[in-house]
Amino acid sequence: MAMSTKTVQQSVEMILVRQLASYLFVPVLVVDATGTVVFYNEPAERILGVRFEETGRIDPKEIDRLVELSADPSAGPEDSERPLATALQQRRPVHARRWLLRRADRVRLQVELTVFPIIDHEERLLGAMAMFWERHGP
Amino acid sequence: MKVMPYGVRGSLAAPGPSTARYGGNTSCVRVTGSDGTVLVLDAGTGIRSLALELPTGLSRVDVLLTHLHMDHIIGLGFFGPLYNSAMEVHIWGPASATLSLEARLRRYLAPPLFPVLLRDLPCRLELHHTGRGRFSIGAFRIQAARVCHPGPTVGYRIETETGSLAYLPDHEPALGARRFPADPEWTSGFDLAQDVDLLLHDAQYTREEYPGHAGWGHSTMHDALAFGRLAGVKHLAPFHHDPGRDDAALEKALEAAVAEIKPDFPVTPAAEGRSFDLA
Repeated sequence: MAMSTKTVQQSVEMILVRQLASYLFVPVLVVDATGTVVFYNEPAERILGVRFEETGRIDPKEIDRLVELSADPSAGPEDSERPLATALQQRRPVHARRWLLRRADRVRLQVELTVFPIIDHEERLLGAMAMFWERHGP
Repeated sequence: MKVMPYGVRGSLAAPGPSTARYGGNTSCVRVTGSDGTVLVLDAGTGIRSLALELPTGLSRVDVLLTHLHMDHIIGLGFFGPLYNSAMEVHIWGPASATLSLEARLRRYLAPPLFPVLLRDLPCRLELHHTGRGRFSIGAFRIQAARVCHPGPTVGYRIETETGSLAYLPDHEPALGARRFPADPEWTSGFDLAQDVDLLLHDAQYTREEYPGHAGWGHSTMHDALAFGRLAGVKHLAPFHHDPGRDDAALEKALEAAVAEIKPDFPVTPAAEGRSFDLA
């Protein structure tokens, strides 16, 4: 009897994060440790303008075709970092207040972005959870 | 390998004539390899009688704990080999984010809950953390992984050259799932159970009981059957029977679930003393 070779299952921590995200009102993206988007919830589908069933998981190189995230010109220096990469590389939460999200259909949204890394009991980095907060007004 | 349950009851021991057919002891299973290696899965109340039936001359035994809820460790203090200086006992189980396995076990094996301290046990005792990963004991190849259940909890996949067993006694893979089961990639426990010859799986609740117990870490009988089908198991033994369900009620509820799910594999409710031979 050979050991199972098809290791396709996500860790239970990531499974629970995805299930939590699917219940939240806030738009949430879940990425794995490589930055690949492995899930986004229905509120995120609304602001991204595309359904998860249509895209499936999104490679970090491909996400730019879907949305463009850039620092708002009025952002302060504390907002100039790359929130997702920072959260993954430095294993710390990041909150960016002034970001612009431009979708493939050219719709632009002002958003705040909260990203925190997902780290298991063995201090293994599993991914990150990114939450978008739509900003209204200046 | 031979798989022999000594305790199949969940949460609380439920001895008595109404549960005699399946047994009232809490989780404990002996797995014996063709080379004589003995694994003990969990240390519920069934472990006392298990110890009485260990082969004479056995010098090592490995106890694999899935988690440290009381029904899975309450028998540990009554496990004979721990008091035998000639025995080598290895206990495997999950640490928490802040406490080692030893520190967590000391909470039980110490006054006021128990009179004998862990450090005073005369056997040669070794503790091992199991979170995720693979290791070997004798002829057994073992894979551990965290599974969906409150607190640090693992399930085990145990393989030899001739057979495979998955042990998921406390497992709620349907928790929060919009549809269950859907995608193997997003199903807790799938890797452990995939294509095994025998799956011992939590089936504590009926579908009607579940809404009042969601998040407690246990499955319905329907979900256990559906999980087994998703994983492609060859035989399912529902396990962790609810302490409030007598033998007749257990059989009736399982028959109803099987009739509805129509699994394409045999379903045999786990019972004390009813072994499975995985040749």
